[in-house]
Amino acid sequence: MSNRLDLSVGEWQRVSPKYVVVVIVGAIVSGVVLAAAATFLWLVAQWSWGWVLLAVVVIGTIVGLIIAPRRARSIGYRMRDDDLLFRRGIMYQRFVSVPYGRMQLIDINRGPVGRILGLADLKFVTAAASTSVVIPGLPEPVAAELRDRLVELAESRRAGL
Amino acid sequence: MSAPLSAAERAAERYTDGEWHRLHPATPLLRGGIVFVAILGFVLSNLRERIVGFFVGTPDFGGDPIDQIYDHGWEGWALLAIAVVLLLCLGAFYLSWRMHSFRITDDAVEVRSGILFRTQRKARLDRIQGINVVRPVLARIFGAAKLDISVAGHDANVQLAYLGSSLADGLRGDVLRMASGVRASEAGTGSAAGGAVADGTVAAGPVTAGPAADGAVAPGAPDGRVGAVSDLVTRRVNEFIAPELDPNAAPPESVVKIPPLRLLGSLVLSGFTIFLLVVIALLVIGASTGRVWLLLIVLPGLLGSASFYINRFTKSLRYSIAGTPDGVRVGFGLLTLSNETLPPGRIHAVEVLQPLLWRPFGWWQIRIDTAGHSKEKGAAGQPNTTMLPVGDAVDVSRVLGLVLPNFATDEHRDLIAAGMTSKGRDAFTGSPRRAAWVRPFSWQRNGYRIVDGVILLRRGIVWRSLAMVPLARLQSVEIEQGPIDRLLGLAGARLHTVSGPVRPRLAALDAPQSVTLFDDVASGAIASAQSDRSHRWAELPFEQAAPLAAPPTAPASATPQTAAPDTSAHREENH
Repeated sequence: MSNRLDLSVGEWQRVSPKYVVVVIVGAIVSGVVLAAAATFLWLVAQWSWGWVLLAVVVIGTIVGLIIAPRRARSIGYRMRDDDLLFRRGIMYQRFVSVPYGRMQLIDINRGPVGRILGLADLKFVTAAASTSVVIPGLPEPVAAELRDRLVELAESRRAGL
Repeated sequence: MSAPLSAAERAAERYTDGEWHRLHPATPLLRGGIVFVAILGFVLSNLRERIVGFFVGTPDFGGDPIDQIYDHGWEGWALLAIAVVLLLCLGAFYLSWRMHSFRITDDAVEVRSGILFRTQRKARLDRIQGINVVRPVLARIFGAAKLDISVAGHDANVQLAYLGSSLADGLRGDVLRMASGVRASEAGTGSAAGGAVADGTVAAGPVTAGPAADGAVAPGAPDGRVGAVSDLVTRRVNEFIAPELDPNAAPPESVVKIPPLRLLGSLVLSGFTIFLLVVIALLVIGASTGRVWLLLIVLPGLLGSASFYINRFTKSLRYSIAGTPDGVRVGFGLLTLSNETLPPGRIHAVEVLQPLLWRPFGWWQIRIDTAGHSKEKGAAGQPNTTMLPVGDAVDVSRVLGLVLPNFATDEHRDLIAAGMTSKGRDAFTGSPRRAAWVRPFSWQRNGYRIVDGVILLRRGIVWRSLAMVPLARLQSVEIEQGPIDRLLGLAGARLHTVSGPVRPRLAALDAPQSVTLFDDVASGAIASAQSDRSHRWAELPFEQAAPLAAPPTAPASATPQTAAPDTSAHREENH
């Protein structure tokens, strides 16, 4: 579709291909929990519409699993001279630009599945709560290196709030 | 400083020497004021019968504690106990007053307090987002005021509670002046010129231009020898009834006041009233069809809404906004006066908006986003972010001139007017016709324009809104596209600023156009942030005059950073 948003900035840095596993595991876990709840409502609580709920959960989970690789591939970032670009989403596309001088702090988080695969999430915090830029699924050394680099850049380009 | 100073400034001068100072002696009393009144009330209400009996002579039923004491002959012990308690209270008060001190150095304000648990708070002067002088009723009687210095962040305030009323005003002026970089540039000029003569001439400018906050009190000081007491009383009374903003502090053309009738009208014609009318209509229908129980559920809410109106009204009644050399000054309140100064460059987003009901009267409201909030709540119980509760087009242009001094000039007046009232198809970059699918009424008006480092976002035909964001304050920018947008070839843009009532965003833009917006805003934000100097506003002319001189923020006398060679020292110092 030609209507898709695209920034003509060249090649995006992608997250690790292993990140698909994290997405899939997440989808399965939430699917199983929701399915269990729906089954409980249907069979134990005798809620007659429970089977519809269960069907919705199952279909939703399957769709989630199918698009998981695309979702993981849609995440990208790119470091320009003075700002960091971030993109994600297929259905709901989102592009964010954060100037380096605006970064207040950078978090590295590791979830249980990500830790097994050696992946980490990098989170950027600015003075605006709505910025919410998280680059998930970076290999740990890349994440650490990126953080150091960004902190350095942020330090050199600091401006007032 | 050799320039003539007002009494308040001379008093304040003593406090900005970097040493520890104590607060107003009545501080513990004022802080615990409510508790005191409550205890007194409790005792009085418990002894009510006895007091009445003392004067009127009602029969004594016995059984109250005083009778018990009397019967057992414990008067001595009781008096001793009271004396001990009073002494302990006094001791604790004295101790807490002794331990509560503050100091103002060249780069920070510090407060330390507490007897058992010590706390110490420090706010960097160049991070100050606003200074609020608050005068609760009780404190006004004692001639005291709170100085509330807010820095960016949640609950990030340094409070100097309480100070002498005129001292608070003087200190505010001084702290702002120090934050503005005047002292630093003074030092810079002094050392550059190599003499103290230059110092005096430089100081004369800012001091006379600074908020001579106490002009009303100062003339009374010299002849106050004889009738010192009566002088004190008249001064208190004057302070009490004086206008909240001293006329000397701000040029009259930059002062905006709201006529009470307009304020009342704006409240009556608010969206809340419509909501209320709908609820009442539902109630009437409910009552007429026999569902009276509805009334019982809704009645408390209705009573609460009355207090909403009263609160709004009294808080906004003495609303005034004025421009001072050190920033915008917003004052409001009927009994508890609050009066906040926002230095330049602290306003992250501005929104001018007009609900449908206000349109016949041409009324507008102005709201802003700031990074720090004073502890003192605004009219609606929220942080005080309303710059103009209600005003006409003239008021709007005045207030905009105060909050965006570099942008809302005559040059851009037409542009802002277009942003406020235009129906579309003008200098703004608008939405394509197909945007009518998602914005059936406002697609023509929907649009943006970037001029001189400020982005204007115009939207809404029922609720007209014009948001203005200085790109130098922008945190990040985002464009997004959902499935419906994609079908229509549209996209939305969102500008991230510090949290507040203004959320600058624009939906239903042409998709390729939104990419242009994204690129323009992203590069504009970087460029403006680098050239922005408004956080050290008073330095501006100095830097322009001598851009190649030694870094003016590194004061020759004060901070150890002086040795740092280039402008990166300047940047670091700001953090």
